[in-house]
Amino acid sequence: MNNIKDRADLIAQAAQKMNKEVYNDSHVKKIITPRHELQRQSSKVVTLEDAIRKTGLKDGMTISFHHHFRGGDKVINLVVDKLAEMGYKDLHLASSSLIDVHEPLIEHIRNGVITKISTSGLRGKLANEISHGLMKEPVVFRSHGSRGYAIKSNELHIDVAFLGASSSDPLGNAAGFSTSENAKSICGSLGYALPDAKYADHTVILTDDLVDYPNQHNAISEADVDYVVVVDSVGDSSKISSGAIRDTKNPRDILLAKQAAKVVMNSGYFENGFSLQTGSGGASLAVTKYLRQGMIDKGIKARFALGGITSHMVKLHQEGLIDRLIDVQSFDKVAAESLMNDPKHKSVSANEYAAMLEPGSATHFLDVVILSALEVDVNFNVNVLVGSDGIIRGAIGGHPDTAADSALSVIVCPLLRGRIPCVVDEVTTLITPGSNVDVVVTEYGIAVNPNRPEIKERLVAAGLNIVDIRDLAEKARKIIGNPAPLPFGDKVVGVVLNRDGSVQDVIMNITD
Amino acid sequence: MFVPGNNPGMMQDAFIYGPDSIMLDLEDSVTMAEKDTARLLVHNALKTIDYGNTEMVVRINPLNTPYGKKDIEAVVKAGVHVIRMPKTETADEVREVEAEIERVEKEIGCLGRTQIMAAIESTLGVINAYDIAVASKRMMGIALGAEDYSANLKTQRSPEGIELLLARQTIVVAARAAGIDALDTVYSNLNDMETFRKEVELIKQLGFDGKSIINPRQIEVVNEVFAPKEKDIQKALTILAAIKEAEERGSGVIAVNGKMVDRPVVIRAQRTIDLAIASGIINKEDI
Amino acid sequence: MEIKNAAAGTLESGDILIQIAPATQAGLHIDLDSTVAYQFGAQIKKVITETLTGLGMDNADVKATDKGALDCTIRARVTAAFVRATGKDVWAD
Repeated sequence: MNNIKDRADLIAQAAQKMNKEVYNDSHVKKIITPRHELQRQSSKVVTLEDAIRKTGLKDGMTISFHHHFRGGDKVINLVVDKLAEMGYKDLHLASSSLIDVHEPLIEHIRNGVITKISTSGLRGKLANEISHGLMKEPVVFRSHGSRGYAIKSNELHIDVAFLGASSSDPLGNAAGFSTSENAKSICGSLGYALPDAKYADHTVILTDDLVDYPNQHNAISEADVDYVVVVDSVGDSSKISSGAIRDTKNPRDILLAKQAAKVVMNSGYFENGFSLQTGSGGASLAVTKYLRQGMIDKGIKARFALGGITSHMVKLHQEGLIDRLIDVQSFDKVAAESLMNDPKHKSVSANEYAAMLEPGSATHFLDVVILSALEVDVNFNVNVLVGSDGIIRGAIGGHPDTAADSALSVIVCPLLRGRIPCVVDEVTTLITPGSNVDVVVTEYGIAVNPNRPEIKERLVAAGLNIVDIRDLAEKARKIIGNPAPLPFGDKVVGVVLNRDGSVQDVIMNITD
Repeated sequence: MFVPGNNPGMMQDAFIYGPDSIMLDLEDSVTMAEKDTARLLVHNALKTIDYGNTEMVVRINPLNTPYGKKDIEAVVKAGVHVIRMPKTETADEVREVEAEIERVEKEIGCLGRTQIMAAIESTLGVINAYDIAVASKRMMGIALGAEDYSANLKTQRSPEGIELLLARQTIVVAARAAGIDALDTVYSNLNDMETFRKEVELIKQLGFDGKSIINPRQIEVVNEVFAPKEKDIQKALTILAAIKEAEERGSGVIAVNGKMVDRPVVIRAQRTIDLAIASGIINKEDI
Repeated sequence: MEIKNAAAGTLESGDILIQIAPATQAGLHIDLDSTVAYQFGAQIKKVITETLTGLGMDNADVKATDKGALDCTIRARVTAAFVRATGKDVWAD
């Protein structure tokens, strides 16, 4: 039994037992093409049309996208245009969010290409049309954390994910930035796209910079990618800080931000090693600026900042005030570049960022979150999705996730936006339940949830202007009068899911 | 804080930034064509908007324009606290405004309600500062308007403000002699907070009671500079406590830590406490 | 009442632009364009009507372009447009 021939019978027996073939050397042929040439022949790199065909996409299936390029996104419109051209119908579009730039979807909905939508938010004309009853099926709204978990748990099954990336190698190792000299775009973190890449039946990467293997610091791994499509542009990076993200010069926002910073500094959670998140919206983003001075004065450093990462956060990190950055979405170009260059600035998937049922999700370790709101009611319920005119104009984002999981949630919200009251008797749509909302900061005073008497005590002791939230609603009514009831119809145009997957509210159509 | 009288959005919001006083402007920030509508806006805003405890001032047009008298009528009827006269040069002008205010007040039956503040914006005005300050018992303060004044001097404003020194000191001296407030001019470069802070420090040292501002962003700096320091507040509280104790004992002699306390020291202590309350550092109830 | 075309107000946030023209039919006709039309359209029209009838104007075509103005602002702008349209002095009362 000293050579392999002697063992042939035993090999055959073992193979039979294990129900396997016996190795046959004559099948093996060595590929001798130089590897830099070979990778260009990757069978994964195909045209968009071929990619769609090869995935086996059929009418009625679910396609998914991310919105990391925000107002600059080009992928959704490009892909859906192509699907329409190829004659697809009845598709379910599941995007991490939809914004003004996705207005062309209106025609595709009218023509029956898209008949279902799942998203975190809707803005612009598309949102307006849907509020007026454009779709037969109601849009399903989830928070970022619960979308991630719904994809993982297959509650939201994705057949084909079309994910834009600023770089990819021919095998599909992809990132939200590119270190090559041909870099065309940058969006930073691909956090919202990671559950899609991992759990979709098929994943197609669209990139505007096909780089040589290996594309390192990749967020998406080749193991999860079926096809790579090269396009002219996946997105306009100059617009990632547009939309909800503004650096404010508005004196009212500055006032709100300063007050919110004082709330945080006197809340009892402002100590060495604390963790912090700020939501979108001028005032909540600006809080970071004013916290910075407090951190320097008191010698306090944060362990990490989470969430949508902004240039303000990056600055504090670079100054040594924040040790780590955990980035589900880069809110501006500075943040995106920091993610590319700084090993202590790490991206995180939507799931590990904020899913309720993911024990290790980062929000569970969050001390303080500062969030904005379209409306807050006298029971501290928050609406960030539907305008006071009844029309969808926002996004759930990570609002309910971070408010629920953090030790302290602070909402910054003006009492009045023009003649629109933002502190009301009952929110138009329930997004974040009041039991998770601790403090509401307005320009007419700060209201503390009665569930948190210890916070109220600390803020009063710090000399802040603490008021009853019902007095704020009354003040608003006194200034602007009583709004007439909205002209809601009887058709459900949207369904809001709680982060535990239950149905929390419905959005009715508006009739003019 | 200056607020243009033709901008309803800003008039509505001004209160939330917590200035001590809001000055709705009918003069330089309103074009000739909009004088009538701004006057109506200011009138309605004063009557309707809840400005809390904020002192409400309206800067009217001079009486020698077609707008001045109508401005007075509109704002006195709306219950303004203070009328600010622009470009005041003589005591006679003050008396003319006073007569006009009295006429309207009599008509609506609230004689004596409206106070006057005079802005001094010329060399002649500076020369007459004391006469202006004592021209009416309604006079509550005099203020420097530096833009017109520097033009009148045939110079321009400098960051150090050396050209304004005489005017500033004259106004403070006149105000103190008349027992009314002295208020400093505006600083209009919103992006240069450093120079603004230096200017506020300077005018506080000169003895001014406050600074006019044009944007809410400037409020914090003024409050910081004018806020009394912790040490001074403690000292002032001790002095006032000693006075209270002396009064209770029926003693006229006041001593703190074995030292006699003079009247000026008492006045200064009271002023420190007033400022500390105004700056929100201490509460009235704490005293 | 003699009316000529007149306007008062601006299109800035928190303001309202009121344009008054001689009536093309009997009564007050208000054409309102407002950013808060759902919630406050009826209230805005009511304030305009009350202000004008209070000033003795019962016939006019009014175009109102509202950017979230409060009632006191609407009254001021309507009154100013009235004064400009009629030449009457509202302070004489």
